[in-house]
Amino acid sequence: MKKSVFLGTLAAASVAAGVAAAGTLDDVKAAGELKCGVSTGLVGFAAADASGKWNGFDVDVCRAVAAAVLGDGSKVKFVPTTGKTRFTALASGEVDMLARNTTWTFSRDVDLKFEFVGVNYYDGQGFMVPKALGVTSAKDLDGATVCIQTGTTTELNLADFFRSNNISYEPVPVETNAETQAQYLAGACDVYTTDASGLAATRATFENPDDHTVLPEIISKEPLGPLVRHGDNQWGDIVRWTLNALITAEELGVTSANVAQMSGAAGGNPEVNRLLGTEGDLGAMLGLDKAWASRAIANAGNYGEIFATNIGEASPIGIARGLNAPWTDGGLIYSPPFR
Amino acid sequence: MSAITDPDKGGFRPSMLLYDTRYRSMTIQIIALVGFLIAIGWLVSNTAQNLADLGKPLGFSFLWEPAGYDINQRLIEYNSQMTHARASLVGVLNTMLVALLGCITATVIGVLVGVMRLSKNWLVSRLMTIYIEGFRNVPVLLWILITMAIFIEVFPQPRDFRGEDAVASMSLFDSVALTNRGIYIPAPTWFAGSGAVIAVFLASIVGMVFFGKWARKRQEQTGQILPTFWIKLAIFFVPAILAYYILGKPIGLEYPELKGFNFKGGFYMRNSLIALWFALSLYTAAFIAETVRSGIQAVAKGQSEAAAALGLRQGRITSLVVLPQALRVIIPPMISQYLNLTKNSSLAIAVGYMDITGTLGGITLNQTGREMECLMILMAIYLAISLTISTVMNWYNDRVKLQER
Repeated sequence: MKKSVFLGTLAAASVAAGVAAAGTLDDVKAAGELKCGVSTGLVGFAAADASGKWNGFDVDVCRAVAAAVLGDGSKVKFVPTTGKTRFTALASGEVDMLARNTTWTFSRDVDLKFEFVGVNYYDGQGFMVPKALGVTSAKDLDGATVCIQTGTTTELNLADFFRSNNISYEPVPVETNAETQAQYLAGACDVYTTDASGLAATRATFENPDDHTVLPEIISKEPLGPLVRHGDNQWGDIVRWTLNALITAEELGVTSANVAQMSGAAGGNPEVNRLLGTEGDLGAMLGLDKAWASRAIANAGNYGEIFATNIGEASPIGIARGLNAPWTDGGLIYSPPFR
Repeated sequence: MSAITDPDKGGFRPSMLLYDTRYRSMTIQIIALVGFLIAIGWLVSNTAQNLADLGKPLGFSFLWEPAGYDINQRLIEYNSQMTHARASLVGVLNTMLVALLGCITATVIGVLVGVMRLSKNWLVSRLMTIYIEGFRNVPVLLWILITMAIFIEVFPQPRDFRGEDAVASMSLFDSVALTNRGIYIPAPTWFAGSGAVIAVFLASIVGMVFFGKWARKRQEQTGQILPTFWIKLAIFFVPAILAYYILGKPIGLEYPELKGFNFKGGFYMRNSLIALWFALSLYTAAFIAETVRSGIQAVAKGQSEAAAALGLRQGRITSLVVLPQALRVIIPPMISQYLNLTKNSSLAIAVGYMDITGTLGGITLNQTGREMECLMILMAIYLAISLTISTVMNWYNDRVKLQER
């Protein structure tokens, strides 16, 4: 882990300018695969199964981009990154894009020189505690030992929350989700804090999920989204509009089941036609072909389908749509129009 | 009919740089040096150029911005509103703490094991061999991780100490709490008059040193040997204990108590510190043990036989004849073991110990995105610590090494 930071940094120093100058799209096409940075393992968002196949909400975003660009959603090389290594991996060109529960913040966007292409999950930081502690509010946590994943915005929010409420705590920095679980379950820390979605995903993997409870306080805004390097606007546009295509598809009722039939011939709805390339040629403006969006949707379905399969209420993770419902249903998921 | 040609007195010609053996090696060295400097210059300018292209020119002003994160183990005052530089300093101190503790324990364990490995007792020497080979041949990161894992799983959590029929209880007359978050031990509390006790204690240490010098002089003059060990022990303890009782017990103990989520009061040694310290000590001690063994075996057998023939007892043979000679062999490789331990302490982040790699090279690097600057400072800090250790140890080595006249 440490090694990859060092290697990544060396690479950042020597290679970065070269990578940033050349077109990422050409690189991806030449390599025949998309290198996508994901988390080291968070069930529902990005985790490898027993056979080594990656599944999850973030993984499907990577696959959709690969399907749009390369025509095959399986041509993705998943690069597991920790909270600490992810930015170096992206900056150095070790990955072409990052889809890893990464919070969009001012300093990451501006100072770290990244481009957040949108938000695919509206989240907030929460706290999980064992029910046996009898804690009902995060403000009761004075003096508690708190496990945090190091190198995240969580760390800073936590410091702010405890400082503004004038209560003390003992931070235990941990590198990955798996190690945090081990410490939390052994009682080496009282509280586990991370994004509420991550807490729900982690809790679902526990032997007795009902022994643990997520406290009601959400102490931060955590808009999570995929990001790319600054400076390659064409590539940024491709990732951004692939995400938007998935969101628009849900709004317009295009699903993995009917996308093939709908892209066959122009239908009655002009926006569906433009999205699927049966009318106009939006793909060419991106440097792709006409059918890019229909391939992205066909891969794992639209945004709603991806959500439902991986983390939705019917899945083991069981997260309600909430803020992540489409704007037409009162949520925040909204895409600019395809025209 | 040529006469003997005179030696060339024609002075210096450029071709001599290549064909004259007097100048050739210097020419080659200068060319190599210039080439080396060009290569370095190219690397530096290339890096600076690439960083500038990325929009991240080298700069260290980020060190004076608020860090924003908390650190659990702080040897100096620190909170999240202080600067990154301050957070780095906290990390440096944590690195030095674990390195110092580790070097001391590793030396003690290493010397004991090294001597025991030479024991004539078959079982003892075999057990020490197993220990040495086991620790030397497994990466230290794995020892650190397994120590931490065992620590977390074996010891009870603070919650288990609660209630009427608690699962766990405190050890050593209810004074020490062993939890999987760390060990809580009683801490001294100072009342009026405690300063006097400490002054007496310090004075007795000075007295002990002077007594040692006096006893040695006396032995050299008269040949009489005093039981210095016992007298020194008495000087060390008796005056301080007397002062403690005469002044009415001015130093008390604060016991750890379970309050809220955690124990409060007393000294708290975190599980990460203990796991790291323990693993680094045991790992390095295995190497030190081998160094000690080789040092002792390097002293010719005739030396101790000659000493025995002069009628010296076994203990004196070891302390007066074997060890002084063995130390000369042991100390130089020991320096590099101390350096190894210090550098290996950078694996601390594996168990969440906030050393300099965890603060400056971890969270600060991540939050500010200043990889190049952070790693350069980090390397400079480790270099400075290592050079300090070797300077001190080389000074000591100069003192004990054979004085050649």
